[in-house]
Amino acid sequence: MLKLIGVLIIVVGFVMRLDTIAVVLVAGIVTGLVGGLSVQEILSTLGSAFITNRYMSLFLVTLPVIGILERYGLRETAARAIRSIKAATSGKVMTTYTIVRELAAAFSLRLGGHVQFIRPLVYPMATGAAEMNFEELDEESIEEIKGRSAASENYGNFFGQNVFIAAGGVLLIVGTLGELGVEVTPAQVSGASIPIAIFAFVYAAVQNYLFDRKLAKRLTAKKTQAED
Amino acid sequence: MKNILLEGLYILAGLVSLITAYMAYKDKELKTRTGTAVFWFLLAFTFIVGKYVPPEVIGVAILIMGGLTAFKQVNFGSLKNAPDAFREEKSQKFGNKLFIPALTIAVVAFAVGQFTDLGGLVGMGFGAILATIIALVMTKVETKYIGYDGSRLLGQVGSASILPQLLAALGALFSAAGVGEVIAQGISGVIPQGNILAGVIAYCVGMALFTMIMGNAFAAFAVITAGIGIPFVYTQGATPWIAGALALTAGYCGTLMTPMAANFNIVPAAILETKDKNRVIYSQVPLAIVLLITHIVLMYFWAF
Repeated sequence: MLKLIGVLIIVVGFVMRLDTIAVVLVAGIVTGLVGGLSVQEILSTLGSAFITNRYMSLFLVTLPVIGILERYGLRETAARAIRSIKAATSGKVMTTYTIVRELAAAFSLRLGGHVQFIRPLVYPMATGAAEMNFEELDEESIEEIKGRSAASENYGNFFGQNVFIAAGGVLLIVGTLGELGVEVTPAQVSGASIPIAIFAFVYAAVQNYLFDRKLAKRLTAKKTQAED
Repeated sequence: MKNILLEGLYILAGLVSLITAYMAYKDKELKTRTGTAVFWFLLAFTFIVGKYVPPEVIGVAILIMGGLTAFKQVNFGSLKNAPDAFREEKSQKFGNKLFIPALTIAVVAFAVGQFTDLGGLVGMGFGAILATIIALVMTKVETKYIGYDGSRLLGQVGSASILPQLLAALGALFSAAGVGEVIAQGISGVIPQGNILAGVIAYCVGMALFTMIMGNAFAAFAVITAGIGIPFVYTQGATPWIAGALALTAGYCGTLMTPMAANFNIVPAAILETKDKNRVIYSQVPLAIVLLITHIVLMYFWAF
């Protein structure tokens, strides 16, 4: 039982929001000590696992070019692409954003973000679409549009990223399983991440479709001029 | 061949970290510039010569890095992106062409991973080099920005960039100390050994719950895979890459449902000025639950 103290340290440390890296290190060292390893064994286990898993940090070589592209307006260009989305309802705005975000993540383009895209673009566009369709938006509807706009970023980001062959999550799976004696390759893991990426998108689209219907029930539709 | 190329790419990654250390040290506006510089220097050291020094030395280097972050000595300095007007002007000028270098990385990574035996990682490295060249030719930016912007992004990611590597190392320590066996013994009272469905449910739900408690699916993956995944899923004959891929995204379902993942759920609510700070979570819970059940079904039928 005592060996579980490392797990306890991780849980307590994360819940208390202590420094993540320090918590992980303390948990590892304490676990090693109660597990009967010598200090030297702990250091060498830590060191050699860190070295064999260097590939997890290979994304460092991509940072200079991404930085330069950002200097030359990559984000601004992406924002323009998002703004050009033509969608008739709130739900469709969010669904379109989720698919764009998810595809970008699958190509390892980190071009999303609540600050950069949801607040300035997706949320106003989703609200705008609702204002076009309905007489007056009540507070609850606005709240829901906010929540769902933020969610559309998370869905695309979380479930698209592992499709990329060298994504952090993919390499974590390969490395952690490797340390536990189970050999897999990044290509296998990224391939196996595709079905959930599709399911996540389909569910998001359904959720947004249902939301559009809910809005239509709750709010008064704007009369078109022809009907007046 | 693959290993030689990888070692070369580790040196390049180490150089990015080394330049970040240098930039931090030169950064007069950064109060913790010494600590920050030492952190990035040590990371560069592990990358460039890590293979040739005794692992104990690397272990000590990691402890120093951990001490520096624990005492808040690793911070982002004053490196700046270009002004808004400059970025807007260049964005107008280059338009969608800016996506070409960005996509080059993924396309080359995929192609090399799929059609050669060098693997996707070497591919990503080649892709990054090719993308850098394309970007330099296209923008005609001064070459000093290769180092400057690389350091800027690495500094922004900060010490968290080594977390995956550390978690793998934690997994190695757990494994050496036999933590997995202890958890497995405890759980075997609840889950009947050999019942695959019960094992799959425990693994997926365990990932989601642990992620909800800790707010971090990566950390949950190391712990739950050692304790539940190995004895109750992998050794029962699961296809390991399918079970592994699904376990991590099962954890992400937990991320959608927890205020502990503040970056994804609480901060956005604040940015959008919602009345209820848990609004984003409410929106996500139905999808997260359905998707978690989908994980269980997929793992049960597809991995076995």
